[in-house]
Amino acid sequence: MKLSAYINGIGVLGPGLANWSETAAVLSGRQAYRPAAAVLPVPLILAAAERRRTGRVVKLALAVAWEATSQAGVEPAALASVFSSSGGDGHNCHELCQALSHPAREISPTRFANSVHNAAAGYWSIATGATAESNVLCAFDASFNAGLLEALTQVVVDGESVLLVAYDSEYPQPLHAVRPIPDAFGVAMVLAPQRRASSMARLDVALSDAGHELMPDPALEALRAAIPAARSLPLLRLLARREAGCAILEYLDVARLDARIEPCA
Amino acid sequence: MKPLLLKEFTSSSCIGKGVAATLQSLLAQRSGLSRCDFESVDIETHIGAVAGVDDVRLPHDLHQFECRNNRLAELALQQDGFFEGVQKAAERWGRRRVGVFLGTSTAGILQTELAYRARDPVSGALPPGFEYGSTHNSFSVADYVRRRCRLAGPAVAVSCACASSAKVFGSARRMIESGVIDAALVGGVDSLCLTTLYGFHALQLTSPAPCRPFDVARDGLSIGEAAAFALLERPSEESDRRSLLLLGIGESSDAYHMSAPHPEGLGARRAMQAALAAAALEPTDIDYINLHGTGTPSNDRSESQAVTSVFGPTTPCSSTKGATGHTLGAAGALEAVISALAIQHGLMPGGVHTSTVDPMLTAHYIKSNRRAPVARVLSNSFGFGGTNCSLIFGRAA
Repeated sequence: MKLSAYINGIGVLGPGLANWSETAAVLSGRQAYRPAAAVLPVPLILAAAERRRTGRVVKLALAVAWEATSQAGVEPAALASVFSSSGGDGHNCHELCQALSHPAREISPTRFANSVHNAAAGYWSIATGATAESNVLCAFDASFNAGLLEALTQVVVDGESVLLVAYDSEYPQPLHAVRPIPDAFGVAMVLAPQRRASSMARLDVALSDAGHELMPDPALEALRAAIPAARSLPLLRLLARREAGCAILEYLDVARLDARIEPCA
Repeated sequence: MKPLLLKEFTSSSCIGKGVAATLQSLLAQRSGLSRCDFESVDIETHIGAVAGVDDVRLPHDLHQFECRNNRLAELALQQDGFFEGVQKAAERWGRRRVGVFLGTSTAGILQTELAYRARDPVSGALPPGFEYGSTHNSFSVADYVRRRCRLAGPAVAVSCACASSAKVFGSARRMIESGVIDAALVGGVDSLCLTTLYGFHALQLTSPAPCRPFDVARDGLSIGEAAAFALLERPSEESDRRSLLLLGIGESSDAYHMSAPHPEGLGARRAMQAALAAAALEPTDIDYINLHGTGTPSNDRSESQAVTSVFGPTTPCSSTKGATGHTLGAAGALEAVISALAIQHGLMPGGVHTSTVDPMLTAHYIKSNRRAPVARVLSNSFGFGGTNCSLIFGRAA
């Protein structure tokens, strides 16, 4: 069973990758990949009071979501959304666990409210006024692919345009030792049922038994393997090269995703 | 939307392990809430704890998943022949054609809370043997259940705070309707932990007494734990008039505040209206509403306004959280099971612990059980981040 949609906008942010145009230059081979700590912009779309409360993972999600919707030329408020992340805000989680391990157990109400896995989706809807349905998923290392499947079924079944946002960032120690995500990586796509002037490509996805593919560049392969949302890189590479082709994406132990791209000329 | 068949369902909470015990408690209007004695928690509040969770042992080959949350999942899977029902579906449809969609808010974070107390005093490292991915991570419960049931379809955890296990029905519907799968194991599992007890306490949202939804003197929620599951399939020719169906789902976002509901319940209203539209039903087609009804002053006020704006002041409604506590990420699935029982047994469960309904709340809140035919139930679940989901269940005919 094949799920199809048009990709109308894309946003990327990761280590040494500031946005989609920079990422596309690297993935198409026009520019060498130079790993460097991800730089997360201040989320200016949020009111000052909310901005102060947001951690790295929310900044990351809002940045890529904003880039994708801007590029697609759509009003963010009009879109349904799927947010998918392996772990949410690791720093916030650490602070809560730390506070709960002390005898006083005084935890900040704001930290608790921000600890929900759907914090980024909540801030996005508050910032943009998006009142449509928003789902928030986790599938550990398979979170990008689980989000992609969910978003595509929404496009196909309900005929809606959907904003997909997959994002992960690091835990501090001591959790970092048991979940060694090195840095932040996020990717967002506006997926739509119909082709538009802004459409970049048509995407067809099916479950597959084939082995997943690696990135040819060792540094990019290290990134793909290290951060769950970066499992999108083989698909992003096809988009960057504006070539028709197929990428086998690492998903669960029992299945991969076969993602085919047909560029819109 | 195309209706989906509730082929099997089960729930385990503080009011009963399995549907027979759950129904008995509902019929007797018995609450499972008791004074909080969980772990080392020192808060004046009541909780809905499931007895014997930590006596459950997971199969040896899945020992890395050992934690209270997965033990609760295992306990619930073994009630009501649910596990066997899933195996039958897997054999009928093929293991790749059955997906797993489970809601949770905190999964097995209790393991990490305990591990932080046992950190190495010099290095600060977590104790040896601590497993992050199969306990703390939100996906752990979905991963446990799919491995336990040997399913090979798409699997995911939905974590939208207290709407999580209502929203799983939406994910499963889209996946079935798109043809990726033929059956879906949906549900929710959330277990007691320090993060939620101290967190809701820090927000001044926990009541010292058992929670009293819609009461004039309501002063907060009681946290509970539960695991509830359902097996969804497309209705077949074998399904008869008595079959239970999921008829409608409505989802919305408040876009208002992270931890407070919209004061007039606009998001809640949109979710209920969307569910009615998806089911092609009118408000008068709904016989009973199972409210989100947490017992906090602001939730009940905004939900009552939303309910009245859609249904008027006459549709009977109640919250079962006075009996079960607020089971957070499991609440949507637990209340889906209660909705199914309401239809099967012609029971509108009266709200427990509520003595005087707040006269400012205009929705028709029932405190005593009503026995009458129930053809369709709407169930509400709302969560932090302004996420809302309403489900409609009914008979096939």
